[in-house]
Amino acid sequence: MTVELGPIIRAAREANDPTPIVEAIPYARFLGISARAEEAVLLTTLAFSEGNIGNPAVPAIHGGVVGAFLENTAILQLLWALETVHVPKTITITLDYLRTAGPAETYARATVTKLGSRVANVRAFAWQADESKPVAGANANFLVTPPDE
Amino acid sequence: MTGGHTSPIEETARVPDTDASPSPADMIAEVIGLIPHAQSLGMETIHATRGMAIMKLPYDERLVGNPENGVVHGGAVTTLIDTVAGIAAITTPKVPLRVATLDLRIDYLRPATPRLPLFAMAEVYKSTRQIAFLRATAYQDGPQDLVASATGTFMFVGPRPPGSKH
Repeated sequence: MTVELGPIIRAAREANDPTPIVEAIPYARFLGISARAEEAVLLTTLAFSEGNIGNPAVPAIHGGVVGAFLENTAILQLLWALETVHVPKTITITLDYLRTAGPAETYARATVTKLGSRVANVRAFAWQADESKPVAGANANFLVTPPDE
Repeated sequence: MTGGHTSPIEETARVPDTDASPSPADMIAEVIGLIPHAQSLGMETIHATRGMAIMKLPYDERLVGNPENGVVHGGAVTTLIDTVAGIAAITTPKVPLRVATLDLRIDYLRPATPRLPLFAMAEVYKSTRQIAFLRATAYQDGPQDLVASATGTFMFVGPRPPGSKH
């Protein structure tokens, strides 16, 4: 697999539409993630699909999927807002599961809490019907490649 | 009540108390069959005993997080670890219970090598009436070269009355 992300990311920023970046990441596509720009911040959506269910008895979206959605949101936010054109590498991620994620669309936003020369700290929250009732939160550190490397 | 996403599973989460009962491995194979997302990723249980499980996630291009090098997304590793830890947790209590993940912390130690399957092992190192504490690792060639290391807590959840709020 040798997709060159740089031109895709630059064009997406230019057009103010993050969709081509999301489409370029196979795992984001597989989970059913989409994104739209609210100025500098992305609002991401995880479409509901039966394949993302972890427990059909509740029913609830798989916790791994919710965690992966948050990690994707953090990475997409970094690719959107920073200069870098390379996928940041996750160093650590801490996930808190706050409520059951039911069979519905899930939304998320990420905030870059600290950007150093090599490491970015990002927090992200996911919710369903009510943004004031998050279903999960993430706090993650990423290794960020400078744009000229 | 305290929420948390729900991992596997309800009635099938029964640890055998007699030799006549199904083995943990058989029971867990059945539980895995009930998790749609584990099915769609082709996850399988390699080994399971009470409070411990090993699972495999085959390489799949749909899981790629970096299209420039084919490395699997960290989120897929998270999903594997959450699943194997949930499975290890449900084998702990004697009464059938569901588990819900409370938190997970995952350290990514190296990128997963493209085209190789991932394995994850989880063990319950402490279990109370309400909470299971777990450690988990993910690796490819062997447990001496880890891709990820994780700790997590899972809450035991009793059967919920139909239609109740949470």
